[in-house]
Formats: sequence, C-alpha cells, structure tokens
Amino acid sequence: MAAATLKDQLSGLVNSMFAEGLLDDQFTQLQMLQDANNPGFIAEVITLFCEDAERLLKELTTLLDQVAVDYHKVDAYVHQLKGSSSSVGAQHIKHGCIRFRQFCEENSKEGCVHALNLVKHEYYRLKTKFETMVQLEQRIQAYEGQQQQ
Amino acid sequence: MSANTMSRNKENLVNMCDERARMLQDQFNVSMNHVHALAILVSTFHHGKRPSAIDQKTFAEYTARTAFERPLTSGVAYALRVVHSERELFEKQHGWTIKKMETEDQSPVRNEYMTERLDPSPIQDEYAPVIFSQETVAHIVSIDMMSGKEDRENILRARATGKGVLTSPFKLLKSNHLGVVLTFAVYNRDLPSDATPDERIKATVGYLGASFDVPSLVEKLLHQLASKQTIVVNVYDTTNSSYPMRMYGPNATDTGLLHVSHLDFGDPLRKHEMHCRFKQKLPPPWSAVTTSTGVLVIVLLLGHIFYAAINRIEKVEDDYHEMRELKGRAEAADIAKSQFLATVSHEIRTPMNGVLGMLQMLMDTDLDATQQDYAMTAQDSGKALIALINEVLDQAKIESGRLELEAVPFDVRAVLDSVLSLFSDKSLEKGIELAVYVSDGVPEVIVGDPGRFRQIITNLVGNSIKFTEKGHIFVSLHLAEEVKSTCNDGSQALRRNTAPVENGAGGTHNTLSGFHVVDRWRIWENFKMVNSSSDAVDAVNLLVTVEDTGVGIPSEAQSRVFMPFMQADSSTSRTYGGTGIGLSISKCLVHLMGGEIGFVSESGVGSAFTFTAVFREGYRNSADLKRHPSNNPEFRGMSALVVDGRSVRAEVTKYHLQRLGIKADIMISPASLFSFISNAWRPSSPEHIDMVLVDEETWNSSSDPESSQLLRELRRHEKTHPAEKRRLKIFILATSRRHAEIDELQLAGHVDGVMLKPLRLSMMSACLHKALGVGSKREQSSGQRPPALRSILNGRHILVVDDNAVNRKVAAGALKKFGAKVTCADSGKAAVEMLRPPHNFDACFMDVQMPEMDGFEATTLVRSIESRVNEEIRFGETKKEMYGNVAHWHVPILAMTADVIQATHVECARCGMDDYVSKPFEEEQLYSAVARFFEYDKMMAERDL
Repeated sequence: MAAATLKDQLSGLVNSMFAEGLLDDQFTQLQMLQDANNPGFIAEVITLFCEDAERLLKELTTLLDQVAVDYHKVDAYVHQLKGSSSSVGAQHIKHGCIRFRQFCEENSKEGCVHALNLVKHEYYRLKTKFETMVQLEQRIQAYEGQQQQ
Repeated sequence: MSANTMSRNKENLVNMCDERARMLQDQFNVSMNHVHALAILVSTFHHGKRPSAIDQKTFAEYTARTAFERPLTSGVAYALRVVHSERELFEKQHGWTIKKMETEDQSPVRNEYMTERLDPSPIQDEYAPVIFSQETVAHIVSIDMMSGKEDRENILRARATGKGVLTSPFKLLKSNHLGVVLTFAVYNRDLPSDATPDERIKATVGYLGASFDVPSLVEKLLHQLASKQTIVVNVYDTTNSSYPMRMYGPNATDTGLLHVSHLDFGDPLRKHEMHCRFKQKLPPPWSAVTTSTGVLVIVLLLGHIFYAAINRIEKVEDDYHEMRELKGRAEAADIAKSQFLATVSHEIRTPMNGVLGMLQMLMDTDLDATQQDYAMTAQDSGKALIALINEVLDQAKIESGRLELEAVPFDVRAVLDSVLSLFSDKSLEKGIELAVYVSDGVPEVIVGDPGRFRQIITNLVGNSIKFTEKGHIFVSLHLAEEVKSTCNDGSQALRRNTAPVENGAGGTHNTLSGFHVVDRWRIWENFKMVNSSSDAVDAVNLLVTVEDTGVGIPSEAQSRVFMPFMQADSSTSRTYGGTGIGLSISKCLVHLMGGEIGFVSESGVGSAFTFTAVFREGYRNSADLKRHPSNNPEFRGMSALVVDGRSVRAEVTKYHLQRLGIKADIMISPASLFSFISNAWRPSSPEHIDMVLVDEETWNSSSDPESSQLLRELRRHEKTHPAEKRRLKIFILATSRRHAEIDELQLAGHVDGVMLKPLRLSMMSACLHKALGVGSKREQSSGQRPPALRSILNGRHILVVDDNAVNRKVAAGALKKFGAKVTCADSGKAAVEMLRPPHNFDACFMDVQMPEMDGFEATTLVRSIESRVNEEIRFGETKKEMYGNVAHWHVPILAMTADVIQATHVECARCGMDDYVSKPFEEEQLYSAVARFFEYDKMMAERDL
C-alpha cells in the first residue's frame, strides 16, 4: 500500500502548489491526460519543461550580459518560455514572462534584467517542487509496475 | 368654282334685268296704248260731236276712273290746238286767257303752283292750251303747252308722226319729279296710216299728254318684284348717247357686273336703257366661301388637335421616361440601401463577436458577484444585438436579392426536434405543452435549406412561446396533398385533430392541451398549394402549422403582421420584447421556398400560423446527410402503449415512438389504465408490451390509492421474479419539472422514467436507454469523456507542429488521449516535408509562432504543394495511385495560437488554415474544431466512394 501513500503525498503536494498559486488549471488538464496508457506523462512533461526552461534562462542570462542587447532575440526566448510555462500551468512564470516581454518591447535593459531575475526566482521555486513531484511519480510508477508484474 | 359662280351670277343678273325691263316696257306700253285710246276718245267725243260730249268735268271723272289702266302715268291732260286768229274767240269761250309756262327750262321749284299768277302767253302762231285735265294735274289747265320747250317739240313731233312721242326726262311741274311726257296728237278725222306729216298737221285739232313720273313708277314696279334688294336698277334716256340721262336709280357706282336691257317705249326717237347691277360689288360665292372657310377651319382644328395630341404624347412619353429613370434610381437606391445594410451589419457583427468573446473571457476570470452580473448583462445585450443584426442582415440580404437558398438533403424531423430543444427550457418553465407532429407521408429526407427552414419555424415557435402563458404550442407538418384530400373528404385524423369537438369528460376541446384553438382550416383554404396540385414529380409540398393558445393578435393589427418592424402595438415590444422583423423575414423566406404564409388569430384564443414550402424528395443514402441516430436498432420491434386522455397528444407520442422503431398503441381512456397494466404485465398476456407511456395529466387524474397499491405489487413481483428480464417499463410524460409527486413516483420506483416535454427523439432515446439499460456499455467505457470526441479522433493520424517541446508534448498528449496517433515536428520546414503528398496524416495542428518558418508560411507552402498535386491528378499527369488513391489533397490544418484576436483568425483563413484552437488545449474547443473537419472528411470520403 506504499503506492497509496505516495499518491496521497503527491496529491498533497499538487494541492499545496495549487493553493500557493504556483499552478493553474492547465495542470489539471495535464493530469487528466495521464492515464493507464500514458503513465509517465506528467513526469515527462515536467522534465521537458525543466530542461527547456533552464536552457532558455541560460540563453537569456548570456544575452542580457552583453553590452548591446538583441531585444528581438530576447523576446523570442521569452516567448518560448512563456509558451512552455503556460502549457504546464506554471502561471507565475507565465506572468513573469508577460512582464518580461513588455520590458523587451520598451528595450529597457534594467527592466529585462529585473524580470529575468524574477522569472528565475519563480522557476527555482517551482523546480524544487516539480523535482519532488517527478520523484513521487516515478516511485508510484515503479510500484504500479511491480504490482502488474 | 368662282368662275362657275360668276357665270351663274351673271345669268341671274341678266334674267332679272331683262325681266324688269320687259315688265317696265309692257306696263309703259299698256299705259301708252291707253293714252292713245284717250286721244281717240277725245277725238271722237269732243271733236266728232256737236256740241261736245266732253267737258272738263267729264274728262276728269273719266280719266280718274280709268287711271288704273295707266299705272305709269301721273296724270293726263288734253290741250286744244288754237291758232292765233282764233285765240280771242277761244279765250272768250272759256273765260280765261292762254297762259304760258313760267320758265323755259321747265325746272321751277315751288311748293304751290298757282295758275292765276302765270303770265298770259305771248303771241304765237298757234297755241295749245290745256282744256281738260285729270284731277292730279288740274293745275295745268289753261297753260299753253307750246310755251314749254320740251312740250312744244313733243307736240310738233307728235302731230307730224301721229304716234306717241316722249320728251326727254325733265322735272315735272309741281311734283318736281323727274318725268317724261307722252304726247299724242288728236286729229279731226281718221287718218290713214300712210298719211304725210303735212296732212297730219292739218288734221290736228289737239294734243293729249300724259306725264310719266318715272322714279315713282319704276319704284312701284320694282316693289312688285322679289329680290329688289339684291340688284340696283337704273333707267337711262340714251337718246343722246354721249350724255345718257338718268331717269331712275341712284348714282351709278361701278360694282362690277352690269347688264343693260333696252327699253322700247314706242317712240323711235327716244332710246331708253335699263342698267342692272348687283348691290354688292362682287356677290361673293357664299357657298364656296363658307365651304372653303369651313374646310379651312376644320383643317385648322384637326391640325391643332393633331398638334396638341402629338405634343401631349411627347409630353407623356417624356414623363414616362422620366418616371422610368426615377423608378430605376429609386430601385437602385433601395438595393444600395439593402447592400449597405448587409455590409454594415456584417461589419458590425465582426467586432461584436470580438466583444462577446472578450466578455466571455472576462467572465471566466475571477470576478466578484457584481462584476459577474455586469459582465453577464453586457453579454446578454451583446447577444441580443447580434441577434438583431443577424435579422437585419437577413432582411437586407433578402431585399437586395443576395440571399440564396441551399439545396442539401436534411432530415426534417430532426430539424423540428432541434427547434423544440431550443425552446424546451422556456416551455418547461411556463408549463406549456410544446409538441411536434410530422405526418407519415412526409419523406424522411428532403432536399432544401434546413437552416432557413429551421429559422422560419424557430421564429414562429419563438413568437408563440413569447405570447403563450398557458395551454400549448403545437407544430405540425403535413404534405399539402394530405391536407387537400382531407379538405375533400373531411373525415380523417387531421380534421379530427383540429375540429373543436367537445370532449365528453371535461368540456374541454380535443386539442393538444384541451384549450380552445382557432380554426386553422381558414388559412389552409386560401393556400394555392392546398387548392391546386403541383406539377413537379419529386416535389414535396410541406405545410407547416404552428398553433398556440396565446393572447392572439388583435384584428386591427393583423394586416401589418408581416411588415418589418411592426408589432401588434407599441406596448408589445415593452411586454414581450423583440423587434418585429422576424415575421417579415419568415415571409420572405417562405416566398423564396416557393410557398405562402398565412395565419388565423383570435384575440384571447390564440393564433395559428401556417406556411407552405416546396422541397424536393431526398434519398436515404444521401452521403452528406447528418442523420439523427433515429434507426436505433436496440428499440426495434418493441411495442409500447400510450395512455393519454387527449388523442392529439397521444398521436404525438406515438409519432415519436414510431421514429424509434417502437410499435405503439393508443389508449385514450385512462379509466382502465392500471388494470390494463397489470394484465399486460403478466407473462401469459397474449399481447406483449414493453413499455407504457402515460401523460402526467392522465396519470394524476386516474391515480388513486388502489392503483398505487397495484403498482407496488407489480414491483414486488418483479423483485421476486428477477428471471423475467424484460419487465414492463412505465414512463411519465411531464410538462413541467416542478411536480414533486412525479419525483416521488420515480424515487419510489413506481415509474422507470420521466420524460420531460417537449418530446424529442434524442431525449426519448436517452431516457429509454437509461431505463432499459440498452447500449449502456458503450457509454461506460468512454468514461466522462464526450464519446464523440473519442470516436472522432480514434485512430486518426495527426501531426503536431510546435517548436516548443513542452507545448508539443502537451498537445500530443491531449490528442493521444482521444486515441489519435500523433507524430510531432519541431519546425515549419519539417512539417512541410511531412505534409508533402502522399502522406497519411488526417490533420495537422500547427503552432503559429515558430522561428525560421512560422505556421502561416508553412501552411501556405503546404497548400501550394497540394494544389499542384491536385492539378496534376486532375489533368491526368500523375496517377492517383501515386498519391495514395486520393483524388483531392487537402489536409485540415488547424492553427494553435495563444492569441484570440481577430487579426490572427483572418490571417489563418488567408493562408489556408481551416480553423484554429487556442493554446493551451481545451477539450471542448478541441472537439468542436476537429469534429467539423473529420465529419467533413468522412463525408468527402463517402462521396468519393
């Protein structure tokens, strides 16, 4: 019955994340997409999201470190990040990205740096939770796999 | 003509002149002869007798009495020849002296001729004193005639010739008229006619003279003749031809035509002429003149008439052209107006959709109650505005002739069901019966414009719902031919349905709800389609009637019901809302469908609107018909009993059951309901019945403690005998969901289901499913998901294009969830390559914003490749087989976008995308977007087969 405990833990985690506003309805949609045919779906998506986000954040940091900032490029990366975050329901990051893009439009370096830091902060806050979540998911899957065998 | 007239005039003149001259001459001759006779008388009785038989008195008397014989003389006198030697004796004998005429020129002008004052005649050789005279010339007695120059010459000539001689005209004594004196000599013996002048002179004893007063005589003569006014007569003495003396008539004025007649007064020395001429210068040819004048006037008048007529015609023609032009302009303006309306309406609709969409999104955000209320109000208003704009757009389209009807096969019963669904909430809320009945004769599939057909019925039912508070709304659909035949024999169900027959039980009417309704036959009778047969072979002439028991239309407003924006009265819009354009549009649509619309309405009773429309008969196997799952095989062969106090309502229920393939019987009287149920239930019953459908009203009226008891027993029996799988199901048909008793019944297990009216196929089917447990497995397996989405997407091969790995994953996951086979591509370029025909993708979800090649560009490329391939296939350059046996390549491409703004949508459509879904995916939206294409796809595939 360890799987049940894990599941309780997982749902507790997810509920707390909803409560904190880290996640929005989109994540519920993702949960609904996960079923017996597609058991590791959420873990997959989260991993993908994290890889993607980290890559983008790294790129953005390099871009904004330069003296002449290519705002067009910055905007493209932020747009991607915004897309990914809205797909997983990471609404704080999404909102951060929206603000980020406004600064991009204004070509305000200071604003962009500020926004980047904010997004980074939100991302790392979320990342820890997501990592826990992925671990839980994997353990649940492992148990369920054992049970089926 | 003039010459003719002239000659005739001349002839006329000659005749008149000659006539006058002859008459004058004749009368003169008569007078002259008489004077001659007088001379002979004097000769005989004065000179032949001793003593003389004549004295002055005798002579005067005789001459006076014979004056009529001498009409032309004014008087006669006898003068005796007295030689100078005998003068004294003569003077003595008579007692007066011979006197001489006063003057030689014979022109004395005196008022009184006094003989006594005259001087005695001077001594002459002989004298000729007057001894006898007529009374009229008594003044000349004793005057010596020889003393006047004219008279002397006359006397001398007379005695020498022995004939009457005339003087030239001179002024007569006393009367002072122009006259002539005729003188005859009186001889003492009868001289032979060849006697010499000397012998005659010797034999002369006296002279008889007669004076002719020519003017008065001629005047008298002419008076006796007609047409004296027309001609002027002049009498001349022309003895001296160079100086003719005028004896009578006015001064000669030359008036043209002149005729001269010679007068013979018996004195060869004297010549007289009569000159006649017309009084007027040219006796105008009156007839010719009048004729020609008349002709001229007529010609002028005719000319004027023609001129006026031509003028008038020209003016009318001009006016006509002007009117034509104005009419054309007015029509053009009208069309322009309609087009303007259509355009503007369309332009308003587009942003309004944006407004509505945004409002919807706003309402989805976290709003407090007040904000929610405001947003909802705004959205309602917006929806109302859109509805109005749509109506105006329709009206404008119809008016500008831009509205075209589709011709697609559709199931008319399904259309009616969908209309009913639309109003089911309202009818349940008001507790009114809403029902539809389609006659068996109506084909299952007809070809026409389902959308417009639906619009008309929706409009009519919507109106009825609006104005009906109690009773029913009944939509019935028949073939016009059926109604016609019913019209003729008048004894069929239809007639029965409508005739307000008193129901024995409750004094109610045999209608759907028991309320009195208007007699709809009154409209039907006026319809051409009902009264005449249509010629087309496959034409389906439908007659749709929407009958309600609402407030009715006041008779004074009935005439303007079909006029746009006209409502019964201004209070209507306040009470019931609406613009009043719906009926006008409906009328136009009905006309477009080749039908008529009419209505009968009575205030307080209700209204019945009927329209006819011509459709074509469709065929069941029409590929693109979205058919209702009416042929649910699971219900086939079942039989049902419909228990209802009202036959019309029972017929409606039966109609729906028959659509499900269930055989239905009707039991009108509810009295034996429960005993019947218990009989039917027993397995031994000869008639097997699967279900009983009882109307709520009938149920209530017939349920009593006893029947409840019976039901309970039934149920208990069922429980104890579970082997009998197919138990009798009981359904209640309810008009309103408010009745708590019904719920109780259901909870108590007495009934198996409650069907809420209006009855619709889908609803009944669902209710039966639930109660009978037929086909429920399928539903369970699909869980909470809409089964349709699964069935649509199941096994479909879908390409997801997104540069964002996360998004890609999520989209793919969502689609996989519904059973789709998903392939991913991470760029536009890759997608284009994968979508190059032949490929086996059923659809493609394409992200709009991607680096390098965005979704729009990729789609444009895909479409261009597809069209090239299609061209090649069409022109046979490439074998269809090479492209997987697909004749027409068009993969549905749906944009995935986070923007829901209009510009993106327009861009989507422009580059060949079929639709769009907003990111992140939402199940419902995904379904509606995809369903359209796959149904279309399926349809296309079937068509190709």
